[in-house]
Formats: sequence, structure tokens, C-alpha cells
Amino acid sequence: MSETPDHTTGPVQTSITELSEDALVSGGVDEEQPDLHDVWISGTEEPAWITDATDEGAQEILSDLSDSALAVQRGTVISDDYVIDDTADEEERQIINLGPQHPSTHGVLRLQLELEGETIRRVKPIIGYLHTGMEKTAESLTFLQGATNVTRMDYLAPFHNELCYSLAVEQLLGVEIPPRAQAIRVLMSELNRISSHLLWLATQGMDIGAISMMLYGWREREAVLSFFEQVTGLRMNHDYIRPGGVAADLPDGWEEEVADLLVAIPEGVDEYEEILNENPIFIDRTQGVGVITREECLAFGVSGPIARASGVDWDLRKAFPYSGIDRYTFEVPTGTHGDVWDRYLVRMEEIRQSLGIVSQVLESMPPGDYRTEDRKVTPPPRQRINESMEALIHHFKVFTEGFKVPEGEVWQSVESPRGELGMYLVSKGEAKPWRLHVRAPSFAAVQALPMMLTDSLVADMIATLASTDPVLGDVDR
Amino acid sequence: MLEGWALFLEAAIKVFSAFSFLLTIVLVLVWMERKVVADMQNRIGPSRAGPFGILQTVADGLKLMFKESVTPRKADFLPYIAAPVVALLPALLIFLVIPIGRSFTLSIGSREIEVSLQGTDLNIGLLYILGMSSLAVYAVVLAGWSSGSKYPLLGSVRASAQMISYEAAMGLALVPVILFAGTTSMAELVSHQTGLYGGVFPAWHVVLVPSFLIFFIAGVAETNRAPFDLVEAEQEIVGGYHTEYSGFRFALFFLAEYINIFNIAAITVVVFLGGWNGPDFGTPATFSWLFPIFWFFLKTFLLIFVFIWIRATLPRMRYDQLMSFGWKRLIPISLLWVALSAVAIGIRRFGFPWS
Repeated sequence: MSETPDHTTGPVQTSITELSEDALVSGGVDEEQPDLHDVWISGTEEPAWITDATDEGAQEILSDLSDSALAVQRGTVISDDYVIDDTADEEERQIINLGPQHPSTHGVLRLQLELEGETIRRVKPIIGYLHTGMEKTAESLTFLQGATNVTRMDYLAPFHNELCYSLAVEQLLGVEIPPRAQAIRVLMSELNRISSHLLWLATQGMDIGAISMMLYGWREREAVLSFFEQVTGLRMNHDYIRPGGVAADLPDGWEEEVADLLVAIPEGVDEYEEILNENPIFIDRTQGVGVITREECLAFGVSGPIARASGVDWDLRKAFPYSGIDRYTFEVPTGTHGDVWDRYLVRMEEIRQSLGIVSQVLESMPPGDYRTEDRKVTPPPRQRINESMEALIHHFKVFTEGFKVPEGEVWQSVESPRGELGMYLVSKGEAKPWRLHVRAPSFAAVQALPMMLTDSLVADMIATLASTDPVLGDVDR
Repeated sequence: MLEGWALFLEAAIKVFSAFSFLLTIVLVLVWMERKVVADMQNRIGPSRAGPFGILQTVADGLKLMFKESVTPRKADFLPYIAAPVVALLPALLIFLVIPIGRSFTLSIGSREIEVSLQGTDLNIGLLYILGMSSLAVYAVVLAGWSSGSKYPLLGSVRASAQMISYEAAMGLALVPVILFAGTTSMAELVSHQTGLYGGVFPAWHVVLVPSFLIFFIAGVAETNRAPFDLVEAEQEIVGGYHTEYSGFRFALFFLAEYINIFNIAAITVVVFLGGWNGPDFGTPATFSWLFPIFWFFLKTFLLIFVFIWIRATLPRMRYDQLMSFGWKRLIPISLLWVALSAVAIGIRRFGFPWS
């Protein structure tokens, strides 16, 4: 160490004179040796608290500079509660950090893997690389703006986020949603489920190595997304479902568009099943891989297709119907083995069931308003604004100040493509939420990963990770 | 007969043209692979550089040459820079024994020079090829080990296990052919396949169907192509053994990989599909070399198309599945087939033991 640091938070250098004889005999501090922490952090003998000189760019080092804490930060040691099989030889193991930059971690998930050869002995998912504080942001946005915020969480199922948020707000407001708005919501969210599952299929195929599956899945999803674009103006992050209804009525000719989708998507799905169902390599790679039992699903709070593939017959659309979804008939597919293969079958069947719901909506779309006529939530019609000063002021106030929501707290959950998406919303009678908490399905799925991955191979790990279909925006929020 | 400087000149011309030929082939191959896969996936593929995007690979190659070759701090430098060269050398050397067409006579002044379209005809051609492709394993292991990084290490461990196992199957698959043709020289293998069986079917060694299939499968595995591409499985171990390579060093690996694909396809054509044999529609003697070259490339590129087709269709196998497929299926079947064909060939040549 060349110069004396004058930074207060730096590690205090112990001079030899301060040490007792015992410490000197046992080699407590070797004067010639540079401090281990400094060397690792900066790669030089420069003081470690020159934080922009670290290997990984500017960052604060841990305040606890113990060796074990540093080893955890370096990623050479895994710290968690899982008990490992300590009969195996330590020398045979290596720790590998998979992610946050890795081709198949679906974003920025980081998995610390303890490998013995190619067998994974321990897994620790590390999250937070995509944390943007959306729950906190919600507190500074009005209830009407809130949908724009939450739609970015699970970016593959934006409609479900919006729907969940809007239903929660509406529950507090106690407004009645017109049947047409409810039907539009069901239509869009079910189409969204299809597009999300198609993307899952694409990435699952890709991660197993079937590179063409990637683009096939993308092809049908594209058709769904362009319908979304026609309706909402955007391909994702729509802000279409809002408290009080939806942002706009469906465009002219939507019936033909949806009817086209109802032809194109089943054709595509049949084609994929033709490619994958009889493919011996695909079967070998998925059957019996990444198994999670029914009990483990319940214990970890895993929901959605993963839980259903393990035999948990639980779908919020049946259990707690929302937005009038109980008017339509559909089945909830379940599996038995809880492996990647069953999740594949369940999701494929869910695509078919969602298509069934969409076609029922298409046949029975009720006429009427696309948003509630409750003046508290909905601005006055355009015609009135031209005529009446009061209406203009009202319109202005709805969009600037926002509408006030009665005091109370509410829990609302919907069945998103990834499972149970829940929102806990507290209002203090103001125009902005006092607190929003989100229960994200991907979060539960990621925390169950160690259950599914321990003692599997690296290749199975990738297949299993893809089959849990995590969206890191949903996990980290 | 050539002697002295003329011999040297001939060798020099051959080496130079083989090298430039391979570089061109790789350009075409990469472009073809991207175009074909794009077509199978409802995409357009490269379309900007040159007509039909055919110059895309040139552009990519130039880009790689001008990029910095990063050396990781923990790399073991000498093996690290040696590995790409070790990868490329066997690939280039294998090509030298592949006959790409019928030899022809060139008249310069009063002299008549016989030019064979083959680098050199070794009498141990097939053994030489097997030896050279074994050497390619070293490059992968060296690269993975010397990078000082974990993903490449995993990749190279996979690679060494895979390439060694499938080499065994590959060698065994060639034994019936050697028994059948009675030679390991590539040129003699081709001439053994001239003519027709019963005046209808071309007399190709593909009649040894199990040999052909096993050799082809092992060839796919040997070149680390899908579904056996777990050596460089992008979704699992990022780039496999070449994760830490960039710039020109990566380009060398890339080059070696595609030359190997061409080599395997060409060897399969020579050994099983009659090499450059094919109808010549009565072309005059001066141009008799033209059709053989055409047939050779047609067959080779058809095989390469099959390679690409497989890649676009099949998912990747898992490490243990790959090993058990190699050791529990391919090798026993090859052994059985070697025994069967040895008996059959013996009977064909010497008659039944009791007769």
C-alpha cells in the first residue's frame, strides 16, 4: 500500500506494533503481503476504496470486509440455506456464475451453480438486476396513470398486469364495468395468453437447440401482436385496459382480424406439435426433466402452468372468476408428472383453450359502452366538452389531478400466463395509491428453481429454466 | 514425368490453389447455410452485401480481421494462440487427399503433363484422414484449457469425450468399405466405384448402408454440428471452447469448422457416393475433366444441404444421451456390421467354406 488512506470507510490497516506477540507468531498479518481485499477489488495494490478502479467498474465494496462476504461477492462461494451433500469431494466442484449476461437466462437472471463435472449440485438464483422500483413508482402516479406503470412489469403479458391493476382500483371505487368492456378485456387478455405461450414455445425450443422453433413461435405471435397494435397502437406496454374500462373501442373490422387469428394460430400450433411431439430428441430432453411435485409447488407458491403440470388443478379464472370470464366455457388442463414435457403439453392445451374463449367472445360480443359511464372515473364525452365549461374542467381534472379513490385496501389476482398475478392496493382516499404490492408469478417460479435443478445436468438446467418461463421484469419489478 | 523444379512448382501450385479454393468454399458454405436456414425459418437471410448477400461472409471475415484479439488475463498464452492454428491445420491437410475430379493431361509445348485433381494420393488415405481428424481434438482441448475460463473448459471436456467416442464409430464404419474395396487410397476408392450394378444402379459403396449411415452420423458429431453441437451449445455454455476468442483467432476457428464440414461431406462422397463418378454425356476428351468436378460438387453440396437441414430441424442432444448413443448404439452396431460384412465379403471372394 503506497500511501495512507484518508478515507474513513476504508479498511483500517493494522500495524505490526499494535498486534500481540501471539498474532505475530501465528502469522496474523504479513507486512509484505498486500491486503487480499485490495488486490481482488482493484487488481492492483491501489487502495480498494478507489471504487472506479475495480474489475467490474465503479461499485461500492461490501461494508463487511470479511473473507466470506468477499467470496460471496466474487461468486466463488454460494451462501444459502440449502443443505448440500457434503460427502462429495470439494476438489471436484467448481462454482460457475450463469448470467446475468448469458444467452438463455431470459433476461438478467443470475444463477450461481455449484458443478461437479456437468452435474449441478447446488443452485442459487440471484435476482434484482432489473429492479426499477415499480411498486414505489406507483405511489407517485395517479390511479389512471398507474396502468402505464404496471404494464411494464411482466412485459410479455402486459394486458394481465393492466387488468389486475384496473380490477383492483375498480374494486375500491365500486364501479360497474359495462359488459362490452369486460368482453374486450377477456378477448385481449386471452389473446395475450396465447402470444405469451407462443413466445415461451419459441424460447423453449431455442434453449433445447431447435433453432427453427424460435422463429416459428415468433411468426404466430407476430400476428397476435399486430392485432394488438391495431387495437391499442402499441405492440407491447399498451396501457389499454384502464380503471373504468378500456382506452378505446375495438377498431372497425376487428371481427375479421380475430377470425383470421383463429384460423392461423391453430394451424401453427398443429405444425409445432407435429415437429415436437414425435421428436425422440425433444422427448428425451424434456420427459422426466426438472420435476417439481404437487406438494413442492404448493409449498413454494408456484402457480400457473407449472403447478398445473404437477397436477394442481388451480386456475383463478375458475376459482375466482373476474371480468365475466365465467360466462365462457373452457377447460383447465393439468398434467401429472410435473416435468418439462408436461408443462409443454399444458401450455399447448392452454393455447387451444384460450382460442376457444376468444372465439366465444367473438360470437357473443355484447354491444354498448367500452368504459363505464361513471362520471367520477370517465371524462365527459367529447360533445359535452365543446358545449359546457364544467365538462371541460371535469375532463381537465380527471387527467391532471386524477380521480380520488375511497379509502381502503384490496387484493386482486388474475391468472396471468405465468400463474397467479396478484396486486395488493391501499388507498388513503387520494388520487394516488398509498401502497401497491405485486405478487409476481415468475418470482415464485424462480425461487423454486433450486428444487427443480439440484442434481440435474447443465443442459437440463437450461431446459428447465426455459420451461418455468420466467420474465425478469416480473421477478424484479 | 516431372522432376526437380517442375515437381516443386506443381506442388506449390496445388497447395496454393487448394488453400484459396478452401477459403472460397467456406465463403460459399457460410452463405449457403445462412440462406438455407433462413429459408426454412421464414426469414430472408443475408441480402445486403453483394447479389443475394453472397459477400456477407467476406464482410464478416474482414470485420473479424480488424477486430482486436482479446487475450484473457488468466489465459495460458502459448497454447491459447496455438489452438486456432492447430484447429486449422488438420482441416487443410485432410483436403489434400480428397480427389475432386478426374485427372487430365495438359499439353505445354511438346510436353504432356498429367494433372491429378488431388493434392496427393496416399496409399493410406483413409487412415490419414482419421488421424488428422483426431488431431483436431487437440485444438478444442487446448483452446478450452488455455482460455482460463469455465465455459470453455466445460466445452472442451465435452468435445474431447464426444470427438473421441464418435471417432471410434467412424473408424469402424470405414472397415467394411476397406474390406470391400481392398484399398485405403482415396483415388482407388473412387475408381472402385465406377460402372453400374446390373446396368442400372451406380456401383457406389453406399450399398453398405449401415456403414454409410454410421459414418454420416459420426461425421455430423465429429464436426460438432446439430444435433451433436453441445460442444459449442450457445444456450448452455455460451460459445463452448471458443468463448474467449475474438478477432482473427476466432476467425481461424470458424474457418476450420466450415472446412471440416466440407471435408466430411467430401469424404462421404468419395468413400460412399462414388466420388466424381457420374455420366459424362459423351463430352470430348479435352473437356472430360468437366463433368467429374460437377458431379463431385453436386454430391458434396447435396450432403452439406442435408447437414444444414438437420441443423434447422433437430433439437440438441444432452451430454449423457450423446455418449450413450455413441457407445451403446453406434459402436455395437458398427462392430456387428463389421463382422457381418467381413463374413459376407469372405464368402463372396472365397465361396462357402464347405464348398
